Amino acid sequence: MHPTAASHAGAVPVAKPQESVRPRHLTEPAAVKWLLITAAVAFVAILIVLPMITVIFEAFRKGWEAYADALRDPHALAALRLTLLTALIAVPLNTIFGVCAAWAITKFRFRGKNALITLIDLPFSVSPVISGLIFILLFGAQGFLGPWLQEHNIKIVFAMPGIVLATIFVTFPFVARELIPLMESQGVQDEEAAATLGARGFRTFWKVTLPNIKWGLLHGIVLCNARAIGEFGAVSVVSGHIRGETNTLPLHIEILYNEYQFTAAFAVASLLMLLAIVTLIVKAWIEARMHTGK
Amino acid sequence: MALFRRRKTGRALPGFGLTMGYTMLYLSLIVLIPLAGLLLKSAELSLGQWWEIISTPRVLASYRVSLVTALAAAAANMVFGLLVAWVLVRYRFPGKRIIDGLIDLPFALPTAVAGIALTTLYAPTGWLGSLLAPLGVKVAYTPIGITIALMFVGLPFVVRTVQPVLAELERETEEAAVMLGARRWRIFRKVIMPELIPPLLTGFALAFARGIGEYGSVVFIAGNMPMKTEIAPLLIVTKLEQYQYDQAAVVAVVLLLISFLILFAVNALQRFVGRGIRQIA
Repeated sequence: MHPTAASHAGAVPVAKPQESVRPRHLTEPAAVKWLLITAAVAFVAILIVLPMITVIFEAFRKGWEAYADALRDPHALAALRLTLLTALIAVPLNTIFGVCAAWAITKFRFRGKNALITLIDLPFSVSPVISGLIFILLFGAQGFLGPWLQEHNIKIVFAMPGIVLATIFVTFPFVARELIPLMESQGVQDEEAAATLGARGFRTFWKVTLPNIKWGLLHGIVLCNARAIGEFGAVSVVSGHIRGETNTLPLHIEILYNEYQFTAAFAVASLLMLLAIVTLIVKAWIEARMHTGK
Repeated sequence: MALFRRRKTGRALPGFGLTMGYTMLYLSLIVLIPLAGLLLKSAELSLGQWWEIISTPRVLASYRVSLVTALAAAAANMVFGLLVAWVLVRYRFPGKRIIDGLIDLPFALPTAVAGIALTTLYAPTGWLGSLLAPLGVKVAYTPIGITIALMFVGLPFVVRTVQPVLAELERETEEAAVMLGARRWRIFRKVIMPELIPPLLTGFALAFARGIGEYGSVVFIAGNMPMKTEIAPLLIVTKLEQYQYDQAAVVAVVLLLISFLILFAVNALQRFVGRGIRQIA
């Protein structure tokens, strides 16, 4: 396996513990067992749960009114709109790409397949900041295409197109990475049978492949969406931080926090945390479906 | 060029040209051309200029801060990640499913949210910061704070790579070891651990590589003092804000090289360890 091959959530296979009680001679003494459980739970509580409680606590510190005000703020609403719009463009584009790439890679044999998979994985090993930087170097005023763009009055960086591009880059591999191993394991028999029976290409995909991969596809889309909405570093570099115009929700949080408007910052953060929790629940639900078959 | 050209296999499935063409086009436009632009930009400078940029104390310090904190966080996650994975796979206890689900939170939670929450928690006035302050431990705005943020971000990488391997371990091997009279601790060290080393290394590498490039969760808690708590990604942002594009590009290329090197080194080590185990067995 290539080193970058499994470098994110979607690619990591999900452990399905076979729920069975281990015989006494194959497990630790009860005291050791409960000590380990306590240590693990305490670790997760401190590292992961405590920050979540902090978000809620700080968001409601000044009561419901202040919380609601922070969310009703026109700049917050503009940021929410931009964030949703960005995800609405980036996620479908990466989904179409992911399906195409997985079809080409898993249904055919060709040379250079592993190299192609490595290249698709590349954005996962690039720092978010660098993911933004590359678009500045390409489209910025001093960039390769900068003068041409200025002549034609096209703004890409420090504007919405740049934010969308950077988001597409950081979420690029999610759907493809999810589908490639899944479709690889399913082989080509079903599709070949359909083709033998006279089904055309798109019909084969729609009627045969899609039902087989729907949960995996959904899993990839959910993770892609979570990252698209939450991306900070890459978007921060290309955004230009213009309030009400090029601020996404994560950037809005940063501005509020740096202005010492902690309650407002955490109120907006609580919104994103809620979204993350919903993502986790949907993800767990999909994974349960994947393992029971249909 | 024969690369990416389909081999004749007699398969009847359609759509290779279309899907492959689109894949290559989209990959080139979004990933390959922009990354090539970065390399091109940094190639405009001579080797001497490269060295001049990289060897400044501030740049070197930022690499050191990023490397040391990412290394410490990945190492800590190897230990705690193994503990959490072990408990989740081997034992039953109330709340287990919730803990299992929460492990993925760092993947789903926007890094900025994690950043401000951890900073508030570990600031001298925060819930944990105020407990640690009397002990003389400062977390927020120090490298320890950066390490904790990177532990948060990296934990799922280790847990989620170890968990499936642990769940698939053959019970028979352990049975045999018991028959031969081995004690529990010895079985863990001699029978179970060797199987877990490859996934632990993979998880370590993924967490390490992610930690080196991480930005959002770190900038708030880091304090961002040049030479002390300034991470390399932040230095890139600073250089960009000062319109020093070529310097930013050079710092970025070296950072990219470092994370690729780590992934390759661990991959090589992986193969070495894998061969070693097979030779012993």
